[in-house]
Amino acid sequence: MEMRNEPKKYRYHPKPQIPPNMSDIVGIEYNRVTNTTSTDFPGHSSEENAWDLEEFKKNLQINISHLAGRSTNFDLINIDTSIANAFRRIMIAEVPSVAAETVYIYNNTSVIQDEVLAHRIGLIPLNVDPDTLQWIDPAADENERFNDANTYVMTLDVSCSKRDNVPEGTTDPKILYRNSSVYAKDLKFVPQGRQEQLFKNSPVAPCDPNILLAKLRPGQEISLRVHCILGIGSDHAKFSPVATASYRLMPVIDIKEPIVGELAKRFQKCFPSGVIEIDENGAAYVADARKDTVSREVLRHEEFEGKVKLGRKRSHFIFNVESTGAMSPLEIFLKSVRILKNKADYLRNCPIGQ
Amino acid sequence: MASPQVDESFSALLKEEYKGRKLTDPINTVKDKWELLPAFLKVKGLVKQHLDSFNYFIETDLKKIVKANEYVFSDVKRDFYIRYRDIRVGRTSDQSPDCKGISEDPHKCRLRDMDYTAPIYADIEYVRGTKVIRNRNVPLGDMPIMLRSKSCVLDGLNSQEMAAREECPIDPGGYFIINGTERVILIQEQLSKNRIIVEADEKKGIVQASVTSSTHERKSKTYIICKNGKLYLKHNSIAEDMPIVVMLKAAGITSDLEILQLVCGNNPQYQDLFAINFEEAAKLQIYTQQQALLYVGKRVKTIRRAGSPRLTQLQEGIEAIATTIIAHLTVSNLNFREKALYMATMARRVLMTMHNPSMVDDRDYVGNKRLELAGQLMSLLFEDLFKKFNSDLKIAIDKGMQKKGVAVFDAVILMQSQIHQITLGLSRAITTGNWSLKRFKMERAGVTHVLSRLSYISALGMMTRISSQFEKSRKVSGPRALQPSQFGMLCTSDTPEGEACGLVKNLALMTHITTDDEEEPIKRLCLLLGCEDILSIDSATLYSDGNYGIFVNGTLVGTTRYPIKFVRDFRELRRTGRVSEFISIFTNTHQTAVHIATDGGRVCRPLIIIDDKTQQPRVEAWHLEKLLKGEWAFDDFLKHGLVEYLDVNEENDALIALYERDMEQEPEMRFTHLEIEPFTVLGAVAGLIPYPHHNQSPRNTYQCAMGKQAIGAIAYNQFRRIDTLLYFMVYPQQPMVKTKTIELIQYDKLPAGQNATVAVMSYSGYDIEDALVLNKSSIDRGFGRCQAVYKNTINLKKYTNNLDSLPGMRVDENNKPIFAHASIERDGLGEVGMRVVQGQVFANKHSYVGDPTGPAQPLNSEAYRETPAYYKGPEPAYIDQVLMTKDKRDETLVKVLLRQTRRPELGDKFSSRHGQKGVCGIIVQQEDLPFNDNGISPDIIMNPHGFPSRMTVGKMIELISGKAGVLNGSLEYGTCFGGSKLEEMSQILVDKGFSYSGKDMLYSGITGECLQAYIFFGPIYYQKLKHMVLDKMHARARGPRAVLTRQPTEGRSRDGGLRLGEMERDCVIAYGASQLLLERLMLSSDAFDVDVCNNCGLMGYSSWCNTCKSSEYVIKMTIPYAAKLLFQELLSMNIAPRLRLGDVF
Repeated sequence: MEMRNEPKKYRYHPKPQIPPNMSDIVGIEYNRVTNTTSTDFPGHSSEENAWDLEEFKKNLQINISHLAGRSTNFDLINIDTSIANAFRRIMIAEVPSVAAETVYIYNNTSVIQDEVLAHRIGLIPLNVDPDTLQWIDPAADENERFNDANTYVMTLDVSCSKRDNVPEGTTDPKILYRNSSVYAKDLKFVPQGRQEQLFKNSPVAPCDPNILLAKLRPGQEISLRVHCILGIGSDHAKFSPVATASYRLMPVIDIKEPIVGELAKRFQKCFPSGVIEIDENGAAYVADARKDTVSREVLRHEEFEGKVKLGRKRSHFIFNVESTGAMSPLEIFLKSVRILKNKADYLRNCPIGQ
Repeated sequence: MASPQVDESFSALLKEEYKGRKLTDPINTVKDKWELLPAFLKVKGLVKQHLDSFNYFIETDLKKIVKANEYVFSDVKRDFYIRYRDIRVGRTSDQSPDCKGISEDPHKCRLRDMDYTAPIYADIEYVRGTKVIRNRNVPLGDMPIMLRSKSCVLDGLNSQEMAAREECPIDPGGYFIINGTERVILIQEQLSKNRIIVEADEKKGIVQASVTSSTHERKSKTYIICKNGKLYLKHNSIAEDMPIVVMLKAAGITSDLEILQLVCGNNPQYQDLFAINFEEAAKLQIYTQQQALLYVGKRVKTIRRAGSPRLTQLQEGIEAIATTIIAHLTVSNLNFREKALYMATMARRVLMTMHNPSMVDDRDYVGNKRLELAGQLMSLLFEDLFKKFNSDLKIAIDKGMQKKGVAVFDAVILMQSQIHQITLGLSRAITTGNWSLKRFKMERAGVTHVLSRLSYISALGMMTRISSQFEKSRKVSGPRALQPSQFGMLCTSDTPEGEACGLVKNLALMTHITTDDEEEPIKRLCLLLGCEDILSIDSATLYSDGNYGIFVNGTLVGTTRYPIKFVRDFRELRRTGRVSEFISIFTNTHQTAVHIATDGGRVCRPLIIIDDKTQQPRVEAWHLEKLLKGEWAFDDFLKHGLVEYLDVNEENDALIALYERDMEQEPEMRFTHLEIEPFTVLGAVAGLIPYPHHNQSPRNTYQCAMGKQAIGAIAYNQFRRIDTLLYFMVYPQQPMVKTKTIELIQYDKLPAGQNATVAVMSYSGYDIEDALVLNKSSIDRGFGRCQAVYKNTINLKKYTNNLDSLPGMRVDENNKPIFAHASIERDGLGEVGMRVVQGQVFANKHSYVGDPTGPAQPLNSEAYRETPAYYKGPEPAYIDQVLMTKDKRDETLVKVLLRQTRRPELGDKFSSRHGQKGVCGIIVQQEDLPFNDNGISPDIIMNPHGFPSRMTVGKMIELISGKAGVLNGSLEYGTCFGGSKLEEMSQILVDKGFSYSGKDMLYSGITGECLQAYIFFGPIYYQKLKHMVLDKMHARARGPRAVLTRQPTEGRSRDGGLRLGEMERDCVIAYGASQLLLERLMLSSDAFDVDVCNNCGLMGYSSWCNTCKSSEYVIKMTIPYAAKLLFQELLSMNIAPRLRLGDVF
């Protein structure tokens, strides 16, 4: 796989890398979507279409247009829908991550109920590399299930009290009381066994420190212990490492007839800004189809009927991965690739398959 | 009128920005003008009718009742008397040693199962020995207090003070707390009293005018009926129907000419119709008043109390006319003229209807109805109890004074021993809902109901509910149909389905219900305004052309020749505040009458007055500015004659413009009033529906029923409440698409639902028949999560030397608590936060079962029995709260609150706000669900088949508005007859890069390919309804059986069997599956082995026939236990069922 960091400028009529075939374009019509399924598999038509690794290697492209700590946007071009979708599904449901699973509540006199508080704690994304943990053995006895290799322990001990010397007439609870709000950052990591060494410098902590967990008033307190374990998103959404991971297909705008003058301006307005530009002759041309949201607004107007054809490129996936914070989005994607590979390996070595 | 203390509900208006408009923005458009009025009307509170009515009772009616029953005399001592000089209900403000207010806060009463009452105090004057003694503040029992009424401790508190009393500032009040339960006195709908109602039965050819006279003493009904073309007066206390001419003669109109003039005027047609009646009187040879009175007196049914003197027939006749017939008119100095006129009016109305059948009155017309509220019902009850109290007191006093040896007799001490009757009578009536009034022989059940606290809306809906006296079983459509006169007064959508449909109604948002007003000053005012007094008017000119009769509360008081001027002048006085704003006046040209109504129970609503001269609404921009600044209150609008209340009848005199544009378009129409806001035709519950004007109307009705079942927030004090069963939603949200009503009733602060992203598409086949597909990740993140809390009450009884106790947990050999006691503490009660599973104890009560007066027994003795409270639910629960207190009988009361947190599961019921309910059919992993370009996957997938037949277009518009709001970062409005415009919403969608139609291109989550159709995709507010699988799931293989029949028990609560009913049995018979039939109906039910003697055919035992004294013919066989039971029961009746056995094969 080859990766380029600088975004590739996309022109509307790129040099086709596979034979120019309209079947690669999903048709966006006024009230339906046509040609949604790919047909380039063996046996569908007279063409061979057999999968060829070399061909695949040659054609596959990945362009990363945006990469940040929490999110990424990249294009995956010339890949089958099933593979792209597999990556998406695995990122959502099967890439493991760490989340609070068991909450032991010693004291909770706040207004928020134990179950709700535990649920809220469970949903906090933790900034910890999931590879540092082993899977828990659900068959093990409850007393021996957790150890320093498979569990992180965090504690939350807060109590609220009145502050002295508050100016008269203050109503803001943040000024009036100490710990009037309990945030995710109040969860404190308690290293167990070997973890003392491992996490000397970077203790386990929530990715977003300011998630509100509960509100307290003087005299109320919360004291609890949290066991965080490894899990996958299909078990519970809290284990999903992504806020969302999805793709969209590359929009295609095909101007069939020249659109000029006033009409061109109106045409331009049917798309988000930057998609359609008007050249010196007053004719509209597609500047950047990637920016289009495919609102199909243009299909509503009679004056453009027959002049434009909308479509989406079926083998061009624009991925968008938003991490919850524990892993970089890149890592999540690569993990999904690895998991898919393992699945393929498993299938290949499966005794039934042989 | 603006109180110095800023009302909380008003604060929304004072914020910098209200409904997207700043205070400083100019108010000029028509739209802005009235937008603020309903918001302001809210200052009176949502249940103002109840509060006003109760306040009127406490402040005015109570004193009137006492004034009417002022004296108590004694038969023994003629100079003895007790006189009630004044009466009042203790206020919290006047806490003095001898006059106390309410002692406990309402919330304490709820928790401690007490009554929320205030003492009643009377100032009395009575004779002790020879002296007259005046006593102030003599207690007269306790009065239940309506929450948030003027006598309530919560009156006038701001939200901080309310919070300090653990009370929710949004809670509307208007209910009572008796024995710790909140009870509402429902509004009762009745036909109006003291008004003539003309009815016709076309089949039988009967025309009758009737009037229900209602006074403090009695209730009676007088009819004028037409039989064979002749008019008769009918009354329950007169044995025969009396010819009308005889009655009029008895009432002093002896001249036939005058009778003709009073009934027919100079209308020849009426005269022809009436002439026959004179013959009747002539045949009876009745010409004078004396003869007529004798005739009447002879036919009066006399019920004389023992001891009262016998009356002559003449006296009986006089008595009947004076007191029993048309009893609400009082006769002084034996001047029967008013009564005669009343009878003549009734007769005239019958004649008019005979002449023209369209003159009948409509019983279902809202103007002919009166709504009876808590205050009126309480006053009826109190008067009855007070009278009973006084008569009992009199008997006791008579007894006490006959006793010799008592030096000085003190009546007040006697009084104190009786007052519990008033306390008890009041509280009992409210707890049972049985209103039994001796003097009216009234027996009404189901007047009060427990306030439903399922959600804020259900409580609110209950406060606006109106129940009809009409029988539910009767199959008539008239009373159930929607009446055009309901417009703006009663909600057009909110009524239950099924048997009570159309009989139970709800108030519209701006409805006000009047209280009684003084009649006398109005009568005087009429005379001042140029009305000619009826007593001084010549009978001949009474019905002359152009003469209009003036009726005050249905009684003719005079006539005028200038009705238009009279009505205008009267209205002017009302608009300037000289007359109460709730007095209505209207002209009925068919009856050539002007009617003035001052009675209570009329429904009315405020409208903006349009100036007669300028043809412009009197409310102008600067008025509203004053309102916004808080300088003016709603009452100022009334005082300045800008707004007035119209009741249903007066609405007929008005031409009301819906919008200002109607006035502009049709200037020749001469509108008199302008609607404040059209959406006020709906009530509080129907007001939750976004875009209801786009829905098929029954859908709105369905939503009204379902909105009350939605789980959400209940009140700000919800976690402090300990109710039998409460449901809370964990993360309730205010709807994306609001309505103005939602803001007015503050549903956005106590919502019941969540904004779910909905995809309208078919998915998986688990969504047929309205089932919904739910996203598992959404549920994981808290969608639809709710809590159920149950109360368990444990009473600890006290005996002379013993009491029920709560010993701590029992431990096993390892010194660990046994399983059943794992979640209780040393005090024998559950530990807060602990988990209880089926079979575990949360209150380890041991009851004392020994001799109640016996000596103290040790806990482990036989005198104590273990009676612990077990947890029985299928899913574990957590102990939420434990309350230990004393109830009003000073016995220890323990309440344990158990809590369950539930995530949605298969079969849980959800509904949108458009009467579209559905159960969860499948829960799908997020990755399998479709997603759009942004990676959004739906929370709920709804099947599109739900739309075509239901025609809930409002739901679609809600989705588009909601989607636009989400993209735009704004809350949109779906107010009835208004709301955010669809075109604008679509434009927002387009601007944000979405399709104008709200349909997105989605990708299948399973294949990853694009879906071939565009999917309608966006947020819709979904409610989780209280019907949950966890509360209903039930199955059994074997289990308990009923003792008598040995058949499986019935019902989930008894772990009962699932019945193979008659129809199912028929199927099995038809199919011929005899062995299955045998198994289901006998073997799996109540199979029983009997010994049958084939000789005598009776049953024996142990292979022995006791009849034949032999075991020779005894055969063992299996029959249903019920059959055996039947045989034995027949035997006990001397019937011998004998079995003859034969071989089957």
